[in-house]
Amino acid sequence: MAARIWIFSVAVALFLSFSSGHDLQIVNAERRIDLSSHIVNAFLTLKVENIGKDPAADMLLAFPPTQIKHLSMVQAMAITGKKKKKTYLPLDVKPTEQPDAPNDTGYFLVSFATPLTPGETVTLEVLYILTHSLEPFPSEIAQSESQLVYYRDSAVILSPYHIKQQTTFFKTPSARVESFTSVDPANRAGKEIKYGPYEDRAPYSYAPVIVHFENNSPFVVVEELVREIEISHWGSLQITEHYRLTHGGARHKGVFSRVDYQSRRSISGSSSFNALLAVLPPKVNSVYYRDNIGNISTSHLRTGFKKSELEFEPRYPLFGGWRATFIIGYRVPLEDYLFEAPDGRRYLNFTFGCPLVETIVNKLTIKVVLPEGSKDPSTVLPFTVNQDLQVKYSYLDIVGRTVVVLQKDNVVPTHNVPFQVYYTFKPIYMLAEPFMLVSAFFFVFVASLAYVHIDLNIVKK
Amino acid sequence: MGGKQDPTANGSPKSESMGAKKASPDLLNSSFSFKSLKLKTKQQELLLRVSILGLVYVLAFIARLFSVLRYESMIHEFDPYFNYRTTLYLTEKGFYEFWNWFDSESWYPLGRIIGGTLYPGLMVTAALIYWTLRFLRFFVHIREVCVLTAPFFASNTTIVAYFFGKEIWDTGAGLVAAALIAICPGYISRSVAGSYDNEAVAIFALLLTFYLFVKAVKTGSLSWALGSAFGYFYMVSAWGGYVFIINLVPLYVLVLLITGRYSMRLYVAYNCMYILGMLLAMQIRFVGFQHVQSGEHMGAMGVFLLMQVFYFLDWVKYQLNDTKLFQTFLRITVTSAILVGGIALGVGTASGYISPWTGRFYSLLDPTYAKDHIPIIASVSEHQPTAWSSFMFDYHILLFLFPAGLYFCFKRLSDATIFIVMYGLTSLYFAGVMVRLILVATPAVCLISAIAVSATVKNLTSLLRTKQKVPQTGSTKGVGSSKSSSKVTLDQSQPFQKNGAIALLVGVFYLLSRYAIHCTWVTSEAYSSPSIVLAARGAHGNRIIFDDYREAYYWLRQNTPTDAKVMSWWDYGYQITAMGNRTVIVDNNTWNNTHIATVGRAMSSYEDEAYDIMRSLDVNYVLVVFGGVTGYSSDDINKFLWMVRIGGGVYPVIKEPDYLVNGEFRVDKGASPKMLNCLMYKLCYYRFGELVTEYGKPTGYDRARGVEIGNKDIKLEHLEEAYTTSNWIVRIYRVKPPTNRL
Repeated sequence: MAARIWIFSVAVALFLSFSSGHDLQIVNAERRIDLSSHIVNAFLTLKVENIGKDPAADMLLAFPPTQIKHLSMVQAMAITGKKKKKTYLPLDVKPTEQPDAPNDTGYFLVSFATPLTPGETVTLEVLYILTHSLEPFPSEIAQSESQLVYYRDSAVILSPYHIKQQTTFFKTPSARVESFTSVDPANRAGKEIKYGPYEDRAPYSYAPVIVHFENNSPFVVVEELVREIEISHWGSLQITEHYRLTHGGARHKGVFSRVDYQSRRSISGSSSFNALLAVLPPKVNSVYYRDNIGNISTSHLRTGFKKSELEFEPRYPLFGGWRATFIIGYRVPLEDYLFEAPDGRRYLNFTFGCPLVETIVNKLTIKVVLPEGSKDPSTVLPFTVNQDLQVKYSYLDIVGRTVVVLQKDNVVPTHNVPFQVYYTFKPIYMLAEPFMLVSAFFFVFVASLAYVHIDLNIVKK
Repeated sequence: MGGKQDPTANGSPKSESMGAKKASPDLLNSSFSFKSLKLKTKQQELLLRVSILGLVYVLAFIARLFSVLRYESMIHEFDPYFNYRTTLYLTEKGFYEFWNWFDSESWYPLGRIIGGTLYPGLMVTAALIYWTLRFLRFFVHIREVCVLTAPFFASNTTIVAYFFGKEIWDTGAGLVAAALIAICPGYISRSVAGSYDNEAVAIFALLLTFYLFVKAVKTGSLSWALGSAFGYFYMVSAWGGYVFIINLVPLYVLVLLITGRYSMRLYVAYNCMYILGMLLAMQIRFVGFQHVQSGEHMGAMGVFLLMQVFYFLDWVKYQLNDTKLFQTFLRITVTSAILVGGIALGVGTASGYISPWTGRFYSLLDPTYAKDHIPIIASVSEHQPTAWSSFMFDYHILLFLFPAGLYFCFKRLSDATIFIVMYGLTSLYFAGVMVRLILVATPAVCLISAIAVSATVKNLTSLLRTKQKVPQTGSTKGVGSSKSSSKVTLDQSQPFQKNGAIALLVGVFYLLSRYAIHCTWVTSEAYSSPSIVLAARGAHGNRIIFDDYREAYYWLRQNTPTDAKVMSWWDYGYQITAMGNRTVIVDNNTWNNTHIATVGRAMSSYEDEAYDIMRSLDVNYVLVVFGGVTGYSSDDINKFLWMVRIGGGVYPVIKEPDYLVNGEFRVDKGASPKMLNCLMYKLCYYRFGELVTEYGKPTGYDRARGVEIGNKDIKLEHLEEAYTTSNWIVRIYRVKPPTNRL
């Protein structure tokens, strides 16, 4: 304990000694929070000015502790140029710790492309995505009821910097808003609730608000998704995806009536969903959709040049709290995804994330099964994931196949970006399996030949 | 025979088999000679025979794959789901866990000792195949192994049928038998891919045991008898139908004794087979001491003792050398032996040491027994007496060839043919008693018909050949001239013999080709439906799939508490535990009639009475199957009278006439008030009265029975609708907890 206090005090001292961050101020901030689906997208436009004497290389973004654990992704871009000639420059964002963080505030550090000289201003676009942030209230609803949710946030932007002027907009999916906390000036027009403009708010200002509104968009939550990508150098990539899906909205209460569901679809079960859409790669073939008791026959596949769409239904419509597990498998031609690097290694270039649209994945595991005999796997990813190596035995394997396991929590569709797995592979290993089969047949024939020719009788006839 | 240099190798396996069967049957002893590339006749014949058998083997397998191609690789029907579940358990937990498995998920609250109440042969076979494949680095799923077990064993059965046919007649008959049994609908009905049931391996084991026993009797060899004992052990481990073997074999021995065909060979074969077979069979926990204690097995023991008496008498006769003395001795011994046997049987039965015959056994001997005494056996459709049409459907031309085959068998009577005749006649009788036992008769019918086909064709072709040979004798030098010239003398007997023979041959081939077409058609149309997934033709000829069963079971599996208890009629018990993974009250094992009757009583009571029963059984969900929307006729309403009968058999408060109006079962306005308000009716038709099922019909029109239902205003008090599948085939209700008492 004493040691911790000591470390803490040293850290505070260190922080104070180079706390140049406080020399920034935000001239103008606009925040637009899109609440229309169950994935909350927030767009933040910040105009940042360096009011200190030293150049600032980075700035902090602060998030309240309730949001930090639901934060799936933070992206920042610097805008240069005016109006029509705007160019976006992606900036490096990484989570960071601040020792003097009040009330467990979480931070992200945005590094500017070029350090901000004193007096200079820069405009930043920040996108952050929150999952599991809409709390259904009432938490249990009957089949005929509509789903209402709470969204909690602050009317003013939490920031370690002084903000001169700011506005926040909440966009709700429908005009039905039960209530919202009023922090003057605040007003609502149709689907939009506007908080602000607020002038001159001190660092770490916070004004909690609750918005209670109707949201019947499908709360598709994949509790666990395991994607297995098996590379076969014989020409295809077999992908198998194990889903454990649930409806993350208000729990279904009481009766499920089929009569109501099929005859009064518009008012009955409005928050439920029974159709899902997966965006698969083009040229996909051998698609299947099943679960552990067999094939599910309700699916349609549309293949295209840019993408293929698999439209499918779970066995039953999903109401709040209901679950469905299923497996989707497909095959794609190898030449589109496997390449040879200049240094002779091979690499797989595939999309991370979940193919289902508008879905939160609580736990995503991607297993890349390399061909038998592959060595030295390494991965290239735009964000950090947990990595591990395993061994898998498949058809006719002797030493087993190396499996690169990538694991990430809280994944949203924005994470669907390409990643690469590099490995070395000698083509001679490809011949191992055919050789085994050939030799097995050969031995069968040799054995039968021997059987015919060897006399096993003890007594001579 | 030596003159057969060009065997008729034109196309169909059957015609090839005709040519092939001519040669002498020593298959294994023939050695290849590589000195000349040209094959000798014997080698040609061997090549032909092996390739025909290979083709038949493959054919038997692929003919059973219709269901996989048309639907998917899935387990069919009811019992196979239990077998699949236990196999899964076996492969996951190992043999000892499996053997000691107490299943608390079925027969709640009683549970079921799985290891002691099942025939493990099928599961162990599938698990062994699975483990072997995994060892050989073929990482298949256990489901695929289970689905393909039946076709694989059907293929093996064809090989056994070949050897059996060869044993009782000749290689030609063996080949024909293999070809006939490969596609015989009576067998295919129980061995299509996915029909993962005990019968799948049991028919193989049955035929193997019989074949080995016949071989043992023929040779008097201990090794064959030992083989047949192990075959019998496999059969016992696989299917309850082993009782057929243990009664048929002694009966056969008895017939041989009576007809004076007693020999040392028979003595060795039967004693070895019986003693070893018995000891081995007792290792199966489900059989155990029943094998020496129950009434069904007593015959075998009696014949065993009789055999010893016979041997003893033979020995005494040999020692005495005095006929008069021997006659007296014979009289005394036989009387005392019968007396001792009778007393032992009487005392054993009276003291309860020897259990009497079971109801199932009785119902086999007396077709009307089950109907009067055991409604639970009578309620199963496959236990009904067989209609003539289903004989025709399952046997087709074999039905006509069978008597012909019997004629040939009697014409050339031997130990082996006596066996096949007895097997054929007894099994055909049982097939007449119960539809499902057509399966047991199929191998016998195929073998005997094969004898008919083979013998007929052989006779006809030999006629043709000798006719042809007459002008040829001069040109073909030496080869077989002596034999054909000897036949020439026979030929002059009838004038139109050649034409007649050709016509008859064409007729036979036509019949056989019709048989092949019929078998394929039956397999594809009737026997390849998994019955879990229902398929129908839509208005535009498109295929509509009703996958409601799996929808409901999967809903149960995913969206109910893991310890939920589901009450349904016993038909769906295995499927609910296997696919829904939930505890059931009763299932297809039907070992406890009272428990089933309790469920039957709950279904046929008023809701509040049923609620008390359901509360006492801790029921959380009730599942009913309802075909009123789709017109699916094998639903719970149509099975309802059996529930009433079985329930009423134990609880006399349930009376069948209460549910009938003038002896007629109705669901419309004219139905009896008890019917209109019993739990089953309410659960099936809840809110059905609001639905329009067919254009131009009133609401609540039941398409399965073609009537408008009588009670459209159904209120449920203690239950609520939890889930109904998209076509309403399965409806699940939640049992509400009791309301708080104030």
